[in-house]
Amino acid sequence: MGMLEGKVALITGAGSGMAKASSRIFVREGASVVAADISGAEKDTAAELGDAVVPVRCDVTVEADVEAAVAAAVERFGRLDVVLNVAGIGAPEPIHELSAGTYDSILDVNLRGVLHGLKHGIRAMLDGGHGGAVVNWSSVGGLNASGFPTAVYSASKAGVIAVTKAAAVEYGGQGIRVNAICPGFIQTEIMGRSGGQKFPEMFEKAALGRAGEPLEVAEVAAFLASDRASFVSGAIVPVDGGWSAKIA
Amino acid sequence: MGLLDGKVAVITGAGSGMAKASVRLFVAEGAKVVAADVSGAEKDTAAEVGDGVLPVHCDVTVEAEIEATMRAAVEEFGRLDVLCNVAGIAEGAMLADVTTEHYERQMDVDLRGVVFGMKHGIRTMLAAGNGGSIINWSSLGGLNGSPWTGVYSAAKAGVIAVTKAGAIEYGPKGIRVNAVCPGFVHTEIMGAHPEYTPGILEKSPLGRGAQPHEVAEVAAFLASDRASFVSGVAIPVDGGWGAKLA
Repeated sequence: MGMLEGKVALITGAGSGMAKASSRIFVREGASVVAADISGAEKDTAAELGDAVVPVRCDVTVEADVEAAVAAAVERFGRLDVVLNVAGIGAPEPIHELSAGTYDSILDVNLRGVLHGLKHGIRAMLDGGHGGAVVNWSSVGGLNASGFPTAVYSASKAGVIAVTKAAAVEYGGQGIRVNAICPGFIQTEIMGRSGGQKFPEMFEKAALGRAGEPLEVAEVAAFLASDRASFVSGAIVPVDGGWSAKIA
Repeated sequence: MGLLDGKVAVITGAGSGMAKASVRLFVAEGAKVVAADVSGAEKDTAAEVGDGVLPVHCDVTVEAEIEATMRAAVEEFGRLDVLCNVAGIAEGAMLADVTTEHYERQMDVDLRGVVFGMKHGIRTMLAAGNGGSIINWSSLGGLNGSPWTGVYSAAKAGVIAVTKAGAIEYGPKGIRVNAVCPGFVHTEIMGAHPEYTPGILEKSPLGRGAQPHEVAEVAAFLASDRASFVSGVAIPVDGGWGAKLA
């Protein structure tokens, strides 16, 4: 008996990385999943994981796309219990060289995209009337500054923490729990191929002395999405092997 | 197949409340448990939950008793994988009225008990070389202030600090250390004091208090290998209370 038996989840960014790993864990735990991505790779995720996954093309910066992805969950599986707002981007740029384009694109995907997911996910959950759980992807960069020039990325991820708490407070009365996770250095496809060479020091930052695997972050999301986390809401949970607990 | 199959845990304060609920859940998830308490009620917990639970008398303010509790886990069950430092007390006093006795008693149980639990739990885990997972009970009071709870809050904030320090010091040995910060929980103690509860139930956005097992579920997840990259974290289990400006 899986932790997510009978639940229906929308997962954004599901073509790769932590969102793809989450799709895998959610199916293992018995959930049906709408795998949303802008890249086209959501189809590969669905092909790999089988009938419990429906791929949907979704640009999270476009509200109508997010609304349609939520509608697809309800049409295909009859309800929506969980939203994982994973889709995100990062582009290092020092503050004194910051371009408006970088600012707009990072905030659009990382913060506006999460708000779109919250808005339409919560609407579907309110319509369903049986509550729900949202897990937003913040970052250790949302908690503290990094050695890389990621001010705007950090601002977007700190914003995710703020809207997570706001939504937990606004919709707790309707049985909707909203939490955020803050991954540290994770060996996603993007980081994994070159991460070891590009950022060797990153592996030593975590107290556990290694990078995390996407599946390890997905496990935390699955727990937070499950009824086992029934009294956890408004929580910001680092998944970083102890990195953010340490004075740099 | 349980989340904690084959694991051995020590749980302090196991005669009642969240610790007793944790004993029940850990056993349901496949663990063997040493149920430690100063009250004697650990024997009732063991009798109720059944095989797989060893009751041990333990006053967490006495280092030798903590050491003996860890030894009991190894002697009875062969190893120690998980330590839940739950035992705690909550006595109130406005800061202008704090007495030395109040301060020492509060700090002795809530902070010294956790620190020495970590010391001997970590020693036992290091000796076996398989890593381990420690869950310390902090509180929402360890994250923010409230009247009457200044010393309690100091002890619980201290628990968060030693949680992070423990995670950093022993992460390289595969020992994860995390804290839970419960909000209002319907334990036996709180049930006996309805005067503590007015208003509290509305403060959590979920509009209710927690049942002890809801906190135990978070501890069981943190204790399990599913939380393999979670360390140094203080997780509120408060229905959203701590996310809100008062």
